[in-house]
Amino acid sequence: MSEDEPHTNYVKIWAILVVLLAVSVAGPELEIWWLTLVTAFGIALVKAYVVATKFMHIDHAPKFVTYLMVTCLVFMMLFMAGSASDVFKSSGDNWYKIESDWQYMPPVAQHDEGAHAEEAGNH
Amino acid sequence: MRPIATTRSAAGMPTGLLAVWWIVASEIVIFGGLLGAYIMYRLSHDAWAGHAANTNTLIGTTNTLVLLTSSLFAVLAHQAAEKGDGKKAARFLMYTMAGAVAFLCIKGYEWNYEISHGMTITTNTFWSFYYTAAGIHGAHVIAGAIIMGIVAKDAAKGLELQRVELIGIYWHFVDIVWIFLFPLLYIAK
Repeated sequence: MSEDEPHTNYVKIWAILVVLLAVSVAGPELEIWWLTLVTAFGIALVKAYVVATKFMHIDHAPKFVTYLMVTCLVFMMLFMAGSASDVFKSSGDNWYKIESDWQYMPPVAQHDEGAHAEEAGNH
Repeated sequence: MRPIATTRSAAGMPTGLLAVWWIVASEIVIFGGLLGAYIMYRLSHDAWAGHAANTNTLIGTTNTLVLLTSSLFAVLAHQAAEKGDGKKAARFLMYTMAGAVAFLCIKGYEWNYEISHGMTITTNTFWSFYYTAAGIHGAHVIAGAIIMGIVAKDAAKGLELQRVELIGIYWHFVDIVWIFLFPLLYIAK
């Protein structure tokens, strides 16, 4: 917060954020995919920008602070992109995903029940 | 004796402020990684839309409103601290803490409902992500509220007023994380 901006109306900024929240909730109710994308995620970006600039005052901090945040974000996205094929693809040149290995738990309980039944039969 | 971090300046800003920005930078990677992984899994598993349909939008919206309002109080506390009004700053910080408590109570009610209806962290990967993301965020809310209490105690005596801005920056970041969690977990169904 700088000296040259003593009269920032924070209540007004809060009111704008609340209106944006209302739009982000109402938009997806229409169940149009592109509208959901814009109202839910587009408005989330706008809200985050407003909070970062008007409440956190990141734009008043030295420039390297913004560069630091952006660098962290970019590297995080790079690492996510690097691992994306593992999630989106089911096979590659030297590998394939065995769906049953990661989608379902091994049937430990059933095995145990079977063992118990066998044990009961023996008795 | 005053802590050295409040009297020393580095890289054009007080070291305390620099430390908070570093914390925020590291948190970007923590929450960014978590949310990025969630988005990738969500896009590649259509069934997750069905699981997400079980989350309560009204509760999510209420909690978003609570956090936005608590952020307003945090920045008003900062404004009061800049004017040297420690008592007013402490009062606004207490309102912010009240927001944190309200958020956690609502979250507790929500989780109680979901867990009692069989939606637990081990139900499937969606719920695992849901509880992990909301849980880590909740831990940050608890930490922020505790630190805010300590800062408010000193601020009420007119001491260490520069800390009001520092906890405020952290709190606004916690708010931003929720701003992204909200559409992911409650809106996109």
